[in-house]
Amino acid sequence: MDYASVLQLLDSTVRLSTPLLLACLAGLWSERAGIFDIGLEGKMLAAAMTSAAVAALVAAMPDRGALGILAPVIWGLLAGILASLAFSMLHGVASITFRGNQLISGFALNFIAAGLTSLAAQSIFGQGGRTPQLAGDARFSPVTLPFTDTLRNVPGIGPFYAEVLSGHAGLVYLAFAIVPLTWWLMYRTRYGLRLRAVGENPAAVDTAGVSVIRLRYSALIITGILCGLAGAYMSTALQAGFGRDMTAGRGYIALAALIFAKWRPVAALWACLLFGFFQALALRPDIVTAIVQTRVPGPILDALPYILTVLVLAGFIGKATPPRAGGEPYVKER
Amino acid sequence: MQPLPKWADLVLVPLISLTLAAFVTALVILSIGESPWFALTTMVQGALMTASGWGHTLFYTTSFIFTGLAVTVGFHAGLFNIGGEGQAQLGGLGVALACLCIPWPHWTLALFGASLAAAAFGAAWIAIPAWLQAKRGSHIVITTIMFNYIAASLLMFMLVDVLRPMGAQDPSSARFPAELALPRFNQIPGLDLLFPRSVPANVTLFLALAAALVIWLLLWHSRTGYRIRALGKSEGAARYAGIGPVKTTMTALLISGALAGLMSVNNVMGDAGRLLGNSAAGAGFIGIAVALMGRNHPLGVVLAAFLFGFIFQGGSELGFMTAIPIEMRVVIQGLVILFTGALDMMVRMGLERVFARLPRRPSKAKAA
Repeated sequence: MDYASVLQLLDSTVRLSTPLLLACLAGLWSERAGIFDIGLEGKMLAAAMTSAAVAALVAAMPDRGALGILAPVIWGLLAGILASLAFSMLHGVASITFRGNQLISGFALNFIAAGLTSLAAQSIFGQGGRTPQLAGDARFSPVTLPFTDTLRNVPGIGPFYAEVLSGHAGLVYLAFAIVPLTWWLMYRTRYGLRLRAVGENPAAVDTAGVSVIRLRYSALIITGILCGLAGAYMSTALQAGFGRDMTAGRGYIALAALIFAKWRPVAALWACLLFGFFQALALRPDIVTAIVQTRVPGPILDALPYILTVLVLAGFIGKATPPRAGGEPYVKER
Repeated sequence: MQPLPKWADLVLVPLISLTLAAFVTALVILSIGESPWFALTTMVQGALMTASGWGHTLFYTTSFIFTGLAVTVGFHAGLFNIGGEGQAQLGGLGVALACLCIPWPHWTLALFGASLAAAAFGAAWIAIPAWLQAKRGSHIVITTIMFNYIAASLLMFMLVDVLRPMGAQDPSSARFPAELALPRFNQIPGLDLLFPRSVPANVTLFLALAAALVIWLLLWHSRTGYRIRALGKSEGAARYAGIGPVKTTMTALLISGALAGLMSVNNVMGDAGRLLGNSAAGAGFIGIAVALMGRNHPLGVVLAAFLFGFIFQGGSELGFMTAIPIEMRVVIQGLVILFTGALDMMVRMGLERVFARLPRRPSKAKAA
């Protein structure tokens, strides 16, 4: 295998890791606050459909009027975040306010999102549950990092910088920047301390006079925004439009990465890069064959993230301890 | 506040949840510019007004009874088996191997053998998550989700690389021998008067109804069932009473996996006659809605399975006959799960307020 294909592989690793990373951080915020969220998938799907649809509709307007101040893709992004937030708040109402089962609520919302997105895309565009192909300013265009041309001729580092690090959509860099931001908010601010406490021992937080409900809702807002970014990235940067079930289980892989990372932000980055790398490998069976010298069936590569997660859960690769109050609705009065 | 009377809890709460789900569904249909009333009549017409409609509705009902029972047994032990889909797919693999590898002399024996294989494969697929839950405390929900995906990959591998006959294009197994085909309702003496043309509903329906009866006996009239329910109500109390949590967790989940696996007898052996990709077609997930709607009671599960059979068949009729896409049934399914499973408390709180306002008759407890 030559250097060029290594770079290609790493390049697609970065692309494919980004939605996983955003969704994984979304899950991190929610689960650290004590709300299990298996509905990451549904929120991503809702955001992917909404942002592609809005971007397509705005781009198709002959006269954009006041909407002209922002590019269609940005309107799409905002709409996607709103859609994801709506699902997140619904999850909040069910699991915080009405103290329902968080797993069932997340699961139900996944179904509703899967059905509603292709339903809406079909009734708006009539193209078999897809949105039209996006082009031009209805998509995120690649950002070329500074000095790419200067560095390109440096052996080794130059092509790596140009191929792997540079040339991604802005959302990719945003996703990677959210990792230290999440770490800082979680571990270095009062809000983060309270949030982590509410996931471990909500009664203690309540005794200190801080609202458990408000903290948990605030975490779900962050979750909604991050899933919105993940979904918008899927349909307006990674792909050029929305297709039925386009997230293809990424919400669950993100959940797997979250467990693999033991609910820590920086570890989440590495877990998502690893799982993204597996996805990139599954797309290039020729490289896998060249390395291991035998034909590895694609399905085995597809299954790797899940098998790894089960191994982690089994305690063979470190022990994964979830936030202690996760999944338990908080009842204030006894 | 007064607790709800039992009849209200068992009948009124699910009915109100269902009404709310139907109401939101109607809003969705209105918002895409179609008529909810026309949608409902189309569904009833397509699912319940013709022999062919009944044949399909009962076919789906059969599958949903199995997966609904699977989730029910798990719920009684306090465990949420979300992996019915994967277990059903593995059950399908078991059915296919049993039908293809063993030369059965008659379909009755084949039905017996294939059922055993389906149950064994389904149970085997939940064995690792069950063991991890029982021994290591790994959350069953997460592990069974992972196993759903691993099952999909495994099935894809088996169908493409192992079971696919030489020269065949699509990923599916060879056809099972024709003499193993299970009698459909149009081939059963007596029933053939009602079903003149070929329908997918087959003898597996009776197997499903028998399974519901067995599960009822198991849960409420056997020691194992008592242990399962005790564990689900309170692990501490069960442990104190000498009920081993590891063994009971394993038992409950293995039964649950076996039931989910059994579903494949209906669709793989009873209908398709070969193993196809994605054979479970979401029935494993619908089992969750069925169990929630059926209030975790086998009789409720049978009724709810019929309701979902109707929604499934009526929904595909919507896709054919109207401008409403077939995905509508996924939305309905999600809404039913949301309202009956997660927003249950909302309905209950509302009802408690209503009942508190009603003029109160002296209750028997007070009189005594």
